[in-house]
Amino acid sequence: MTTHAPLTHPTAARSQTGHGRTAHALTDSWTMTRRELSRWRRQPVAVVVGLVFPVMLLLMFGYLVGGGRGVSGDYLGYLVPGMLALTMAFGLEGTMVAVTQDLDKGVVDRFRSMPMANGAVLVGRSAADMLQSALGLAVLLAVAAALGWRADGGPAGFLGAVGLLLLFRFAMLWIGIHLALVAGKPELVQAVQILVWPVGFLSNAFAAPESMPDWLGTVVQWNPMSQTATAVRDLFGSPGGEPGHVWAAVAWPLALLAVFFPLAVRRFARLSR
Amino acid sequence: MADAVITVEDARKTYGATRGGRGGKHALDGLDLTVGRGTVHAVLGPNGAGKTTLVRILATLLRPDAGRVEVAGHDVVREAYAVRLRIGLLGQHAALDEQLGGRQNLELFGRLYHLGARRARTRADELLARFGLADTGRKAVGQYSGGMRRRLDLAASLITEPEVLFLDEPTTGLDPRGRAEVWDSVRSLVGGGTTVLLTTQYLEEADQLADRISVVDAGRVIADGTADELKAATGGDRIDVVLRDAGQLGAAVALLPVPKDEITVDTDRRLLSAPVADRMTALAGVVRALEEAGIRAEDIALRRPTLDEAFLRLTGPDDDRAEELVGRTRGGGSA
Repeated sequence: MTTHAPLTHPTAARSQTGHGRTAHALTDSWTMTRRELSRWRRQPVAVVVGLVFPVMLLLMFGYLVGGGRGVSGDYLGYLVPGMLALTMAFGLEGTMVAVTQDLDKGVVDRFRSMPMANGAVLVGRSAADMLQSALGLAVLLAVAAALGWRADGGPAGFLGAVGLLLLFRFAMLWIGIHLALVAGKPELVQAVQILVWPVGFLSNAFAAPESMPDWLGTVVQWNPMSQTATAVRDLFGSPGGEPGHVWAAVAWPLALLAVFFPLAVRRFARLSR
Repeated sequence: MADAVITVEDARKTYGATRGGRGGKHALDGLDLTVGRGTVHAVLGPNGAGKTTLVRILATLLRPDAGRVEVAGHDVVREAYAVRLRIGLLGQHAALDEQLGGRQNLELFGRLYHLGARRARTRADELLARFGLADTGRKAVGQYSGGMRRRLDLAASLITEPEVLFLDEPTTGLDPRGRAEVWDSVRSLVGGGTTVLLTTQYLEEADQLADRISVVDAGRVIADGTADELKAATGGDRIDVVLRDAGQLGAAVALLPVPKDEITVDTDRRLLSAPVADRMTALAGVVRALEEAGIRAEDIALRRPTLDEAFLRLTGPDDDRAEELVGRTRGGGSA
C-alpha cells in the first residue's frame, strides 16, 4: 500500500504517548487562552463596555438610588463588596454566550475533529474568563478606591477576599459552561441571562436581609452569592461583614463545582452521542 | 476495493432513542460505503437523508450505534485520535472565529495541530495565498463574504494536508460565484493525493466534482456508481422546450423521438421536458423537427435531471432500470 505522506507534525508520534498528550493538553489550553486574548485585542470596545457596566451599577446604586435598606454605617463600604460579588455572578452570562457561539458556529466541531486535547476547549475558556474577571475586579476596586472606599482588613484579608470572589466566579463559570452545553443555541441563552438578574439581586449585594420580609430575607441569606459577599465584607472590614461566613463562602462554590464541573465535562464528552 | 481509505459497513445511528433502543429517528439505517484512495466521492441526497450524520461519524464527532467505520485504516471510535491526525473537516457552517482575522484563524488552528508558532505562521501565509485571501488576512472573518469565508474554512481544513478531507455540503447557501470559487478550490485538491468525500443536494455538483457518487435516502445507499452510470440510470440529461402556443404541445410531443410516457408536459408554462441520450444530437434534432413542423419555440435548453427527477427514478417502485444499470443498488423502496 502506498502511503500518502501528509504534512505530519513532528509531534505526531510522540503524541500517542501519555507524556506527549499531557504536553499537548497544556500547550493546547494555552493556545485556547491566547485565542481569547486575541479577541480582546480585536474588540477593545466590547471589553471596555464589559468592564464599565459594573462600575455604572456601583455609581448608580451608590449615588443615584442611594443608601441601602437596613444598612448601618458607610453604604459605599457595604456596597462595594456586594458589587464585586454581583460582577462575579454576572460573569456567568459571558461564559454562556461565548460557549454557545462556538457551538453554534461549528467551531467546537472543528476543535473536536482535530488531534488536540479536547479538554483544552473548556480549560482555555475557564482561564480566559478568570483573567477577564480578575481584570473586572481590579477595575472595580480601583474605581471604589477613587471614590474613597478603603479595605481595612489588612493585606491578608484583602487577598483572602479576592480569592473568595474568584472562587465564586469559578463556580459560576462551570455553571455557565454546563448551561451553555445544555442550551446549545444562543437564543436559549437569553432566557438564562434574564434569570441571572433576579438571582443576582435576590442577594444582600445592595440591602441587608434583615430589612426584607422574613421569607425573602431567608432566600437572600441562603443565596451563595450572599455568603460570598458577607465573607468578603468581613475580610475587608466593611459594614455588613460577619465573622464565620468564610467557610460558607468556600463551601458553597466548592459544592456547586462538585455538581456542575462533572456535569459540564460529561455533557461535553456526550456531544458525540 | 483494493485500496480503500474509507470503509463503512452497516453503520447505524438513531437519535433520541429510548434506553431500550426503541423509537427515535433512524439517521443511518445500515449504510455501506467504500471510498478509494485519491478519489473524490460524492454522497448525494435530500435533506434528512443522513448525509451530515455520516460525515460527523467519519470525522469522529459522533459515535455510530453499530457497524464498522474506518478512515485511513483506523477505527473512528476506538482510534479517534489516529483518525483526527489524518482528516480535515469542512462542516456545513463555516467553523471559524468571526471576531478574529483570517490569518489569526489559520494560525490558531495551526497551533492546535501542533505545528509550532513559526510553522503555523508560514503555513497560514501559504494557505492565504493559495486561496486568494492574502490581501484580506487581517480583516475580521465576520466581514468576509460567504465565498471568502468558505475558502478560509477550506484552508483551515487543509492545514496539515490531510489524507482524507470531508466536505459537508460545501456550497449550500453560496451564490453562484461563491459556488464556482469553492468548486475550483476542490478541483485543485485533486491530484494532490487527497481523498475527498463530499455531501451535496445537487446532482450537478456531484457530477462536476466527483469520480463516484453514492445516492443516499433514509439513511442507506440506494445507488452508487460513476456520474455517467447514475445519469444513465436516472435518465441522463433532459431537454426542456417552451412553446409560444400551448395548443401545439401535443403536436410537439408527437415529434420527439422518445417514448411518450417519459415526456412530462406542463401546460401552464407551455413546457415539455424529455430525457435525451446524446445532448448535441438531440438539441439539433429537436430544433430541426420543430422548424419543419412550423412549431414556434420560445426557449430550448439542455439540463441535468434535478435531484427530484433522479430520485423518482431511483426510488420509483416499478423502475428496475436503476438496479440493472447501477449494479450495486440496495433495496431502495420509496417511503
